[in-house]
Amino acid sequence: MSANTKTIRELAEREYQWGFVTKIGEERVPPGLSEDVIRLISAKKDEPEFMLDWRLKAYRHWASLEKAQAEPKWANIKYPPIDYQSIVYYSAPQNRPGLKTLDELDPEILSTYEKLGIPLEEQKRLAGVAVDAVFDSVSVATTFKEKLAELGVIFCSFSEAAQKHPELVRKYLGTVVPYTDNFFASLNAAVFTDGSFVYVPKGVRCPMELSTYFRINAADTGQFERTLIIADEGSYVSYLEGCTAPIRDQNQLHAAVVELIALDNAQIKYSTVQNWYPGDKEGKGGIYNFVTKRGKCAGRNSKISWTQVETGSAITWKYPSCILQGENSVGEFYSVALTNNYQQADTGTKMIHIGKNTRSTIVAKGISAGHGQNTYRGLVKILKGATGARNYTQCDSLLIGEECGAHTFPYIEVKNATARMEHEASTSKIGDDQLFYLRQRGLKTEDAVSMIVNGFCKRVFRELPMEFAVEAQKLLGVSLEGSVG
Amino acid sequence: MNVGEREILKGIDLTVDAGEVHSIMGPNGSGKSTLAQVLARRESYNVTEGQILYEGKDLLEMKPEDAACEGIFMAFQYPVEIPGITNAYFLRSALNAIRRYRGLDEMDAMDFLPLLREKANLLEIDEKLMNRSVNESFSGGEKKRNEILQMAVLEPRLAILDETDSGLDIDALRVVARGVNAMRDPDRAMIVVTHYQRLLNHIVPDRVHVLVEGRIACSGGPDLALQLEEKGYSSMEAVARSATPA
Repeated sequence: MSANTKTIRELAEREYQWGFVTKIGEERVPPGLSEDVIRLISAKKDEPEFMLDWRLKAYRHWASLEKAQAEPKWANIKYPPIDYQSIVYYSAPQNRPGLKTLDELDPEILSTYEKLGIPLEEQKRLAGVAVDAVFDSVSVATTFKEKLAELGVIFCSFSEAAQKHPELVRKYLGTVVPYTDNFFASLNAAVFTDGSFVYVPKGVRCPMELSTYFRINAADTGQFERTLIIADEGSYVSYLEGCTAPIRDQNQLHAAVVELIALDNAQIKYSTVQNWYPGDKEGKGGIYNFVTKRGKCAGRNSKISWTQVETGSAITWKYPSCILQGENSVGEFYSVALTNNYQQADTGTKMIHIGKNTRSTIVAKGISAGHGQNTYRGLVKILKGATGARNYTQCDSLLIGEECGAHTFPYIEVKNATARMEHEASTSKIGDDQLFYLRQRGLKTEDAVSMIVNGFCKRVFRELPMEFAVEAQKLLGVSLEGSVG
Repeated sequence: MNVGEREILKGIDLTVDAGEVHSIMGPNGSGKSTLAQVLARRESYNVTEGQILYEGKDLLEMKPEDAACEGIFMAFQYPVEIPGITNAYFLRSALNAIRRYRGLDEMDAMDFLPLLREKANLLEIDEKLMNRSVNESFSGGEKKRNEILQMAVLEPRLAILDETDSGLDIDALRVVARGVNAMRDPDRAMIVVTHYQRLLNHIVPDRVHVLVEGRIACSGGPDLALQLEEKGYSSMEAVARSATPA
């Protein structure tokens, strides 16, 4: 963790140095959404013309949907109506309430940081406490960026990419998730603030995991983030999103979009650990995480893997998916979704088999505790031309306690007779017998539950980059506190 | 004591000293397993009257994990499976939980593996099984041997064997008995719960108690078990019913 801590300190100092370059003076943007707000956002970010055009088209499309009351309502989740006109769609990055010391922070959050083993300096950064950044002559972030630059790998904020690499952005933006895709994707396309942009050139294997930690403005929770990752022919990249620390945000709705494109023989591995504020024990507050994530295996022999550990948010609504267009392409989805207290999750994946001899693997583990409602929704679609398609799906639910729920909605559409599909599902409870067995061997209840849950999730944790896997295990333990006994 | 609304044990007086092996026998439904579970501190079992002293301490005040750390071990009649957690990892975690409780340093994997290997050999358990998930796809015999393996590693001061012989063939029985006998020690007490006299040929007890309808109908030496074998439990039932609760 210490390399990260050093880097974060560096970046914290940089944020204050660079700030957010605004040509227009800092002004308070009133809540609400209109074409003017869109123009303001685009101008503040100094975007090229094509970006503004795209945003406006998206906005008009979204507005028509909104007018027609076309907000999707089919998911197995309940939430009060969102007032889109009361959201502030643009705020300067340092708008987080500045605390003077960690003592001002909610003691519960502080105790979570401790349990997750987050170093003190990073706790301060996460809490918005001003960090005394010590200037190091050897900067980890600089070395990192130099190495990437040598290889021609572009890894920067979306905003920077729009300015410095407009041709790439223009070529790929919206090709996997067009602004017409769905209600929230339209909204995102209109008002997205920032996100990551990655381009890996032909034949390059990105030498280290790209993490949002290393991106400027990582500290700020993007309400509407947009990420675009392109792996050119024969390249490989592993990207890590999120962190285990619980993040609070006054903004309740988070509607991000992530687009991945893998060309011939390229591979993208995208891992997420999400622990957004889930609301209190009574289910009040908490973030709505409505995300559209999709990867296109455009090239032959390409591969895209999604691995996610979702323990936070009041409501999680997302289906990281793969479009298996290229011949022999492979899509994978490994997921652990936890709902405790009053959290709700409707998550899963879509694997669309288009090309020949494509393969997809789905391993979804749902854990419900407290009054949590956990839904797996998956679609495996084999199109007519997808000869020789193969799919393996395993979805398992673990119930802890008497008040929670686990639901499964697997959809299978096969239009080609040579397809081979395997589907396994199981539902289990953490039984008294199991718990007693572990306790009789000396383990406390909390540790026993943690052990059983980790065993349950092992198959998914194995797919995470090691550091993330260790954090994810701790995170699961913390998220399940108080769920048994 | 009772479970829910049903009273199962109706009055037990029992003293087991260190170094002794006591056997509890009895027909189905007599309360043998219940007694074992109460001693192992299963919380769903309510003790309505009486006291249990373990090494001078009030056992009924202890949670199962504390009783375990204080040296109580139960070999389960029906050991559960724990998918995704290997036997080796589980056992090392248990050992370290107990070591922590006693203020000892935890054992890392490097030190633990030779210990595990030694005990596994004693119980003729293939080392490869140690890398499988706890009890997953184990045969009945393997599960019971795994229980004794855990006992050998955790070195309890009171070992309760709950029908360890059920489902075992002759060879498995011999291996298990060998493992149990190897653990006999002046500082260790054992309570062997069983239906059948057969096990007691291999693990010869110091005392035998016959449990009938929740009460100890009678106690005696090892030949009491042989008598039972001859006359059956029904010969004891009359005795049990007429016995006045202590």
